[in-house]
Parts: sequence; C-alpha cells; structure tokens
Amino acid sequence: MQTLFTILIDGLSYAAWLFIVALGLTLVFGVLKILNMAHGSFYALGAYAAASFVSWGASMKMAPAFSIVAMLLAAVAVAAILAPLTERGLMRFFYGRDEVLLVLVTYALFLILEDVTKLIWGANPYYVSEPYSLFGNIDIGSQTYVGYDFALVALAVIVGLAVWWGLNRTRHGKIVLAVIHSAEVAASMGINVSRVYMLAFTVGIFLAGIGGAFTAPMISVQPGVSVGVIIISFAVVIIGGLGSIEGAAIGALIVGLARSLAVHMAPVAELFSIYIVMALVLMFRPEGLFQRIQARKI
Amino acid sequence: MSGTPMLRARGVGIRFGAVVAAADINIEIMAGERVSLIGSNGAGKTTFVNMITGYLKPDAGQIELAGRDITPLEPRTITRLGVARSFQIPQLFDELSVLENMLVATACHDNRLSFWEAARRPAAIDRADALLRRFRLDEHRARRVAELPGGVRKLLDIAMAMTGQPKLLLLDEPTSGVSADEKFPMMDIIMGALGHETSAGKMTVLFVEHDMDIVERYADRVVAFYSGRIIADGVPKVALATDDVRRYVTGELVQ
Amino acid sequence: MIGMLFTVVLVLAGLLMPKWLTFLVTMAAAQGLVSLGILLLMRGGVVSFGQGMVFALGGYAAALGYSRLGLTDALGLTLLGGVTAMLVAAPFAPMLARYRGIFFAMLTLALSMVIYGLLMKIELMGGSDGFNIGRPTLLGQTLSDARVGYVMYSLTIVTAGVMALLSRVYFDSTRGLLTVAVRDNELRVEYLGGSVRQAMMINFILAAFAGGMGGALVVMSLGHIDPNFSYWTTSGEFVFVAILAGWQSVLAVFLASTVLEVVRSFSSSYFPNTWQLALGLFLLFVIRFLTRGIGSLWIKENRR
Repeated sequence: MQTLFTILIDGLSYAAWLFIVALGLTLVFGVLKILNMAHGSFYALGAYAAASFVSWGASMKMAPAFSIVAMLLAAVAVAAILAPLTERGLMRFFYGRDEVLLVLVTYALFLILEDVTKLIWGANPYYVSEPYSLFGNIDIGSQTYVGYDFALVALAVIVGLAVWWGLNRTRHGKIVLAVIHSAEVAASMGINVSRVYMLAFTVGIFLAGIGGAFTAPMISVQPGVSVGVIIISFAVVIIGGLGSIEGAAIGALIVGLARSLAVHMAPVAELFSIYIVMALVLMFRPEGLFQRIQARKI
Repeated sequence: MSGTPMLRARGVGIRFGAVVAAADINIEIMAGERVSLIGSNGAGKTTFVNMITGYLKPDAGQIELAGRDITPLEPRTITRLGVARSFQIPQLFDELSVLENMLVATACHDNRLSFWEAARRPAAIDRADALLRRFRLDEHRARRVAELPGGVRKLLDIAMAMTGQPKLLLLDEPTSGVSADEKFPMMDIIMGALGHETSAGKMTVLFVEHDMDIVERYADRVVAFYSGRIIADGVPKVALATDDVRRYVTGELVQ
Repeated sequence: MIGMLFTVVLVLAGLLMPKWLTFLVTMAAAQGLVSLGILLLMRGGVVSFGQGMVFALGGYAAALGYSRLGLTDALGLTLLGGVTAMLVAAPFAPMLARYRGIFFAMLTLALSMVIYGLLMKIELMGGSDGFNIGRPTLLGQTLSDARVGYVMYSLTIVTAGVMALLSRVYFDSTRGLLTVAVRDNELRVEYLGGSVRQAMMINFILAAFAGGMGGALVVMSLGHIDPNFSYWTTSGEFVFVAILAGWQSVLAVFLASTVLEVVRSFSSSYFPNTWQLALGLFLLFVIRFLTRGIGSLWIKENRR
C-alpha cells in the first residue's frame, strides 16, 4: 500500500512538470503547426536562468522564499527575450513550408541553443538546492515525502487551469482558438494572425521555461538536459494528441505513472515503456487520445 | 450484335448518411460505345464513375466488367483489369516533366516496374513520345507539368489514362475548365486518339459532360442522371428531347 | 562512371593518407550509407527521424556476430549488419508505409527510442556502456595493427561506392521514377495501377539494408558499440546530412557526411562550444536558400 502511494506521488510529480512543458509544446503546435524540437532547449534555458537568478538572490541575502520569485522571473526572462527573437527572427522566414521542414528548422535551433547555453553558462553543472527544501518534508504513513513534489503538482494544476481559462473564457483566448482551427479563415476575418503566433510562441516558451525553472532544484543543470526533455515531451504530446490541452494532461499522467511504475517495479522497462506507448498510440490511434489534428495517414 | 456487355450495372445504389447519391442504377454498355453521362451537379454521375473505379463501394447492386463482378475489388485491381479514368481536376505529377509523366503512366499500366531497367531507356521514350504526338503534347515534352496551362494539363491527364489501352475509359468532364474555343479541338484530338486503339477492338468510353454541344457531337448514346437515378437513356437526339432531361438537366423546360 | 573512378582514386589515395584522415573518411563514408537510406525515403516524400534504429541494429549484429558467433570477416560482418537490419525492419515496413509527414517522422523516432531503451537495459548486450570488439579479419587474413585501418578504409569506400552506384541505377529505374511520382501524387499512382504502399515498403527496407551496413562498418572501425547508436540525436545527425545533401546527387550525401565528420572531429580540440552552433546555422542556411541541398550547386538540370 505504501509503495503504491509512493509510486503515485512519484508519478504525479513527474507528470506535473512534464504536463507544464508538454502544454507549451502542444500549444505551439496547435497554433503554428510547428512541432518544436527546440522546446527542450527552452526548458534548459529556464533551468539555467533559474540557477542564476536563485544564486543571485542568495548572494543578495534574500529570504529563501525569494527563490520562488527568482524561478518565476527566470521563466519570464527566457520567454521575453527568446520568443520575439525566435518567432520574428527565425521561424517566420519558414512559415508555409512543409511541416517536416519546419521541424528541421527547430532542430537547427536546438543545435544552436545547445551551444548558446554552453557559451553563457559553461559546461559545468549547476545546482539549485535552496528551493527544494523550502517546502519541507511531509510524513505520510511510514514514508517521508518531499513537500516540493506536492508543490509541483499544485503548480501544474494552477498552470493548467490558467491556460484553460485563458483559452476558453477570455476574448483573446477565443481568438487563439480561432487561429488554431484555421489560420486562413481567422485572417480573413480580420484577426491579426501574426500577433497570435507571437503570443502562442511566447506562452509556449514561457511554459517550457517554467518547467525548467521549477525542476532545476531537482536535477543537476548541465548541457544535455534538453535532449532528454525534448523526446519525452514529444511522447506526451503524441500520446495525448497534438494541439490538445486535455491531451497534454492525460499524456503527462500516463507517461509519469508509467515511468514511475517501471522505475519501482520493473526497472528494465523504465526507458522504453514510454516509447512503446508512444509507438502504440501512433500505430492504433495516431491522432492521440484527444483528437485535434487529423493524422496524415493513408 | 449481342454479347457480354463491357459494363453492366445492376440495381446499384449508394447513400451517404441521409443522402441518396445513387439508387436503382441499371445500365448495360456494349464494347465500343461512346456514352455521355449528363446531369446537373450532384445528380450522381461522378458517384457512378467512382463506383465503377472501385473508389466507392455501392450499398446495393453489382457492377460487372466484361461479365466479371468488380464490385468488391480494389481500385488498383480494377485498373489492372482494363479500366482507366481521367479527372475533372487533372491529377498529374507536377514536379516531373510531361515526358516523365507519360513514362510513369506507361510503366504502371504495363506493370513493367524494375529495380534496374532505366525509366528513360530509348524504347520507352520513343513510345511515350509517340503517344504525346497523338495528343499534340510533344511540344511540351520537356516542360515541368506545374508550369503548363489548364488545357494542356487536361489533355495530359487523359493521355495518361489512355496509355494502358484500357477496355473502358472513363473521362470525368474532359472539357471543363477549358475555354470555349478549345473544347472542340480538344475533343477532336481525344476522339482521334481513340480511333487508333483498334488492335483489341474499339475502346469503350464513358464521359461525363455538361456541354450539350459536345454531347451531341461526340456521343453515340446519352445517359441522364437526376437525384441519383437514371432518367433517360438513348441516342442523343432522342434522350435530349425528353421532358425529364429538358426539365432537370438542360434547363430548357422551367420546373 | 565518374563515381567508380572516384572510388578507385580514393582507395589508392588512402595509401598516402595519414591514419587520422583514413579513419575520418571511413567514418564519413559509413555514416553516409545511413544517410543514403534517408535519401531513399525522402525521394518518396517522407523523412525518417529514426534511422539510428537500423544503424544500431546493423552495428549490434556485427558486434554480436564477432563476439558471440566468432565471425570475424569484415565483409561478412558488413553483410550481416545489412541483412539483420533489413530483416528486423521488414515487419514494420507495411505499417510504416501508411504514414506520412510528422506522423511518419514521430513513429520512426519512437521505434528507434524503443530500441534504444531496450539496448540500454539488456545487460547481455553490454547495457548502457555497450561493449568493444577486436580487430576484424578479411577473407581469412588476419590484419596487423598497421594495415587494419587502411583495409577497413578500403572496404568502406568500396562498399559505399557500390551502394552509391546501385542507388543511382535504382533511382534511374522505373521503380525509382515511380518513387518520385508517389511523392508528387499518390492518388494518380494508384489509379494508374501502381502500388504506393509497395513502393514505400521497398524504400524502407532498402534504407534499412544500407543503414545496417553503415552500422556494421562503423562498429568495426571504432571497435565499440553502445546504445547511443539508436538515440534520437544520432538519427538527427543522419537527417542533417541528408538535408544538407539534398536529393539530387548521391555523391553529395557522402560529401555532406564528410563535412559533418570533419566538423565533429575537430570540434573537441578547436571549437567545443560552437560547433553545434555552426552546424545549426549551416542547416538553416541550406533549408532557406539551398532547398535542393548542396548537391544542387553542381547539378543544374532537374535531375532525379
């Protein structure tokens, strides 16, 4: 019983950050029809920025709680700087071209950002430990759980609800939904599609940045972090369905729990269990569990 | 002359949800006939063609090609049996040249696909060129199809369908999108090219048409559709004069 | 014909080249074979993001053949790699032949990551560290330290040359022309009596064969194999080379592969923190301005 609960908590906290990151990826795809291979790089940048901001805060003798603000600021900074640069400075030169070609453009961006990260922060790992102990430990039964894990889940719920509300209940959100449905029709109705693209990209990068910033305390922030994140985000988004918020949530839960189950009960399956699910979904229900985009299949 | 009809449809019908696209289609077409299918948009002509080619499967009835039931077969299999079709919006290989389009068509129709035999070998090119000449397309042979004007694209589309010397040729609105002054010359070319196919007997041709002048000039027989059913079937002079056709197809009789 | 001449010249030139150069060219040529497979698929209109799978399959087949079955002949192991990759990939071909665009890319990616995951965890095959193999033999002859580099070089160059030639024959054949027709208009191909699915399946299987041989050749020259052969970043590099090369010229594939290999080899000593940046920028440049790849720089007519 205890193990089951541990598996659950483990799976949920993993699913939490995964959901936030995957949400950004699926949003960008939904609006711009771009599957962003550099999404993990924005995650990494969020983590690195968080490391810098948090340690700056520590050097300024700020209260430990400031680190939360620092992490948030890190994500904001990443999005504010990179979204305009990426969307205006790069992606828009390739709009309208083949969807796979666009993925390759983002792959080039990934390569570029890998080195940019190394140039700014170097190759040595960073550790952001202060925030991790902020939430203390929680004892449930005979096991001690880290409070941070629960905080992450709470964050994921907040983010999910915020995005959902933003899309479905605000005017801007409705405009974004229109563009998701059909950019052409939206444009002919007078919607500034270009601005919506920028907004979607910004939110997408921001979410990746948040994911990176808030998981920074749990990992060693070093070159190569992005690589694993990209591939697992792809798995989540494919499983859940490209362009779907609910899909990102369910996909993240499935992947998080599957991984947790594997780690605790069948370590052999840990790595490929996720990709088997991804492959199976592609084989039997390629649109994902929540249809939004039709699969290009003959 | 009696014999097995080249094409026979018996009680063919199909519906899409609540829409009856075709119902109770009964028709017999003998080898060598030139039949025009007429009717307003949505009357069921193209649906009928799609069912012959196997793209759509009827809900009721059978379709027979030279006595063989082709109703359940795959489009590719039906093509192999000697049915070819051209498209209202030309379906071509835009990035390839006109000659290459013909080479692909001949290779497929002949089922002559090889891992090493050169596609552009002299014999194949000569044959493709001969076909292009028959359709007055030889002057365009090296041009990329995407650059061609509409009329030329339509001709190429039809020429490609004819490379396999099909027993049954289905032309879907061969002159649509073609300017008025080009329509007759184009049909002359097409019908003239058909005349060459005498080795295995005359080709049976079904063509969907909206232009009644074309119909009167080139069809031996007219089959009129309305609301998924056949409302007239006979020689053009007679069929086009029936009240139903005048009412529902040509618009001469106001409803 | 030029290609054959070039191959002979290269083999002879290898006698004069320093060891590091022959090794570099060997790697470039072997990996070029994998990218050649991607080219095959691209001509049909799909891009595989999981070619690392066949690369790893061929590599592990050769490595296991050497260490478990005692097969040491380099030529035999090369063929073993190609055939194994082909056989394992074949059952997936009918399914994969139905996908296009992003979904094809993601499915190939997923499959390669499944293989990666499996390889990481199976201790019998070395797990995450992989394992090493010794020096291969050729046609019964043991190879000395001094000669093995050149022999592997020659074998790789010749294999690459033969595959390049065969590819060119295939591309010029009726089936080769059919492949580009499929890329253009699948519907029409079906209505002409051609099988789109068959064409795509064949290309996938041929690509697996080429990739498997490439994997085997790399393993023998490197003396080592590990699961990273199937990791997505490895697949990404093969795609990078294929995009760079474009699909006009087979030679361009091997040239592009050499470019990558050169950049990679010198990167750690001279520009460890900027080589990926350079590659990324180069890729963007090619995608934006050289849509037919670098091959289009010298092939002017619309050759396929």
